[in-house]
Amino acid sequence: MIRFNSVTKRYADGGVAVDSLDLVIDSGEITVLVGPSGCGKTTTLRMINRMVEPTSGHILLDGRDVTQIKPTELRRGIGYVIQQAGLFPNYTVLDNIATVPRLLGKTRRAARRQALELLGKVGLDPALAGRYPAQLSGGQQQRVGVARAIAADPPVLLMDEPFSAVDPVVRQQLQRDLLQLQADLHKTIVFVTHDIDEAITLGDRIAVMRNGGRLAQLAAPAELLSRPADTFVAGFVGRDRGYRALGFASAGHLPLHDEAVLRIGEPRGAARDRGQDGWVLVVQDALPLGWLRTTALDDAADDPVTPEMLNLGGTLADESGTLREALDAALSAPSGRGVVVHEDGTFAGTVTASEVLARIESRAAHLREQATR
Amino acid sequence: MTALWDYLRDNHAEIQSWAVTTLWLSLLPLLAGLALALPAGWLAARHAWTRDTLLALSGALYTIPSLVLFLVLPELLGTRILSAVNVGVALTIYVFALLVRTITDALTAVPSELLAAATAIGHSNLQRLWAVQLPVATPVIAAGLRVAAVSNVSLISVASIIGVSQLGQLFTLGESTETLTPIVLGLIFFVVLAFLYDGAILALTRVLTPWRKAARP
Amino acid sequence: MSSDLPGFASLGRWLNDPDNWLGSGGLLAHLREHLAFTVVIVLVAALIAIPAGIWMGHTGKGILLAGGFANALRAVPALGLLILLIVELSPHIHSRTGVGNLLAPGALPYFIPAALVLVILAVPPMLTNTYAGIQAVDPRAADAARGAGMSPLQVALRVEIPCAMPLILAGLRSATLQVIASLTVAAYAPLVGGLGRLIVDGQQNLIDPSLGYPAMLGAGITVAVLALVADGAFALAGRYVISPGVSGRRIRGRGTAAPQQSTLTES
Ligand SMILES: Nc1ncnc2c1ncn2[C@@H]1O[C@H](COP(=O)(O)OP(=O)(O)OP(=O)(O)O)[C@@H](O)[C@H]1O
Ligand SMILES: [Mg+2]
Repeated sequence: MIRFNSVTKRYADGGVAVDSLDLVIDSGEITVLVGPSGCGKTTTLRMINRMVEPTSGHILLDGRDVTQIKPTELRRGIGYVIQQAGLFPNYTVLDNIATVPRLLGKTRRAARRQALELLGKVGLDPALAGRYPAQLSGGQQQRVGVARAIAADPPVLLMDEPFSAVDPVVRQQLQRDLLQLQADLHKTIVFVTHDIDEAITLGDRIAVMRNGGRLAQLAAPAELLSRPADTFVAGFVGRDRGYRALGFASAGHLPLHDEAVLRIGEPRGAARDRGQDGWVLVVQDALPLGWLRTTALDDAADDPVTPEMLNLGGTLADESGTLREALDAALSAPSGRGVVVHEDGTFAGTVTASEVLARIESRAAHLREQATR
Repeated sequence: MTALWDYLRDNHAEIQSWAVTTLWLSLLPLLAGLALALPAGWLAARHAWTRDTLLALSGALYTIPSLVLFLVLPELLGTRILSAVNVGVALTIYVFALLVRTITDALTAVPSELLAAATAIGHSNLQRLWAVQLPVATPVIAAGLRVAAVSNVSLISVASIIGVSQLGQLFTLGESTETLTPIVLGLIFFVVLAFLYDGAILALTRVLTPWRKAARP
Repeated sequence: MSSDLPGFASLGRWLNDPDNWLGSGGLLAHLREHLAFTVVIVLVAALIAIPAGIWMGHTGKGILLAGGFANALRAVPALGLLILLIVELSPHIHSRTGVGNLLAPGALPYFIPAALVLVILAVPPMLTNTYAGIQAVDPRAADAARGAGMSPLQVALRVEIPCAMPLILAGLRSATLQVIASLTVAAYAPLVGGLGRLIVDGQQNLIDPSLGYPAMLGAGITVAVLALVADGAFALAGRYVISPGVSGRRIRGRGTAAPQQSTLTES
């Protein structure tokens, strides 16, 4: 657990970056610090490993005041990942990762062997071990940065906008992989970002900060979306937060409709018979593939249905997924019937947008009722 | 101060002739070196192999000590060893060697989007060089020229060691007579001359690149 | 003075005489002196310039001053400075001791001013290159190094200096070539050895075609060869002391080479 006790940081030029901050960061969780540029996120983060010394107040790491610990020793026990990784250009990937174990006195061989194992863990090809940072893509560099931070297995990980310099697709991958890694490692992660979506994706809890390093709200993502503490948080969390909050609301047991499906390779004639409102769902081994428009089929009734003929536009909703997923599946399906799948990916049934909306409406009424009580 | 002045007055005929030689030796090699380095740098910026060859050559030339060039050139040129021509040619070689690298780097550093845009609106290679590459590269080339001019001036006096007359004679004279006055006078001459070149090139660059002034905050 | 030149033919004849090679005043003895002086002077200058450059790159202090000083120094003729120091300093140095067969007894009053000039000339290129190199180190790499728990010394030794190595080495190379070249000028000081001795003395004997010019030419060419060899040695040393991740050399694969750092000082 990391505890900030009325911590203030005033820089030499007089500016107050962090103003009497009280904050508790729970162990084994990802706590995201989010807020507008210049609000003091980086300063807050860097005070934990004493890269910045507070002007007043105390920071306790598992009950120990960090100022009682020698900076180098403290930092060797805390992983640190920064924007664009900050890899050492003169070291190979392997030696970058081996840095902290080496500092802690491991032999080069042992540190390298361990570093090699870590490569796989962060999703990197071991063949990259001998490369230099300049030979890596931005995403690969970030992965090396993460591997370097966790190499000595520190209980705490500080990450300062680690994924902000890569493109959105890579960023999503990195986020997913970080969550997977965390499910394995249960580190205490403090993650700084100014991207509220990233905060919602990653955070067990989110600390929204406002200028001057003051805490505006500390809450779980769902709560932040549904009950922002004030107009600042509401504004920061964004306009479509109502819709995004559905991403945290379980869809429950939606009334699923059965659907006469067509297996890939069946004759086109069969499609016309089974189609409903001009569309039929095509599956392969019970996995939904896409929708086929029955009215547009030419006369070759005996020819098989091929994948090229399908409309792949629809998204899939998980049976035990969220309302947001279900609504998205319904709205994106060309037939207007959203495809819901079982946990193993096999077809479960369809649901319409109006049915999902009815469920959303009753949930909202329920919440309103709770709030007024 | 008066000692310097008296010395200058008493020896003005000799000093004047040395100064004329010094001026020529500072100016002509600079112009000749630049004139040679421009096409060479352009060539080097165009192909990898010309670049490698020219940069290796200029690097090697620059490595040879000036005194050595002053000595070897009479053999190669058939000039007299005490002729100022040797010194002029040697200094030209240094200016050339220094500027080839600068010009190559400056031309290569012109953003490729800019070049593509120039080609796209219909510039030929030569027009592109004249209208786009050279203007953009001018500040960098000018910086190189300033360095070349200043080190050129400070190299001239080395020729005194082999006996070529120019203002460096003031130093050797001071040494043989063990008097400070000509030495100090010589140092002032050379340093002032160097700063004059430096300032002149700087001013010329400002005139040639008026757009840079507009961009300054 | 003679106007008809003996030329390369007389150089051949001069070189053919083993005494001109091996004698106590021969080419090899002077080459040995030249090398020894170069090493000593560059070492002294490096011991001043490189730590100072690292400190300046770190703190950002004194850069304007050092830059201006380096620039101004470029305008000062080495010969003038040398003679100024000889006239000013030599009369105050009274030590008559010699150093082995490198410095003759009584040479010290002249060697000290000459060495001083050379150190003054050699410091700026190393200093400016070193601080520029340290300043150009990616601040994120240095930050990450501190964050990983390196002490300031470890950050400097493991990250900053290796990253700045191309520029530091370029500065060392410039300074070395400068010293090799300027030592010929330094021989203008009486009793100071090195290959310049043959050149300066040769000028006094220009009238005697069998002594003066061929000796000058032989020594001059040897200096040039020495400079080229030193240049090559630095290029070779670069392969060993510069990490491929920094130099971009020999790294293939994605084809993204490390950013090329340009040398700020020319040799
Ligand atoms: N070393 C410093 N010296 C003086 N002021 C600083 C320093 N570092 C940060 N500040 C100031 O402190 C405030 C908080 O900075 P900080 O870097 O913590 O913000 P941030 O929330 O991380 O912003 P960003 O999202 O842009 O990274 C800013 O106003 C900044 O200008
Ligand atoms: Mg920040």
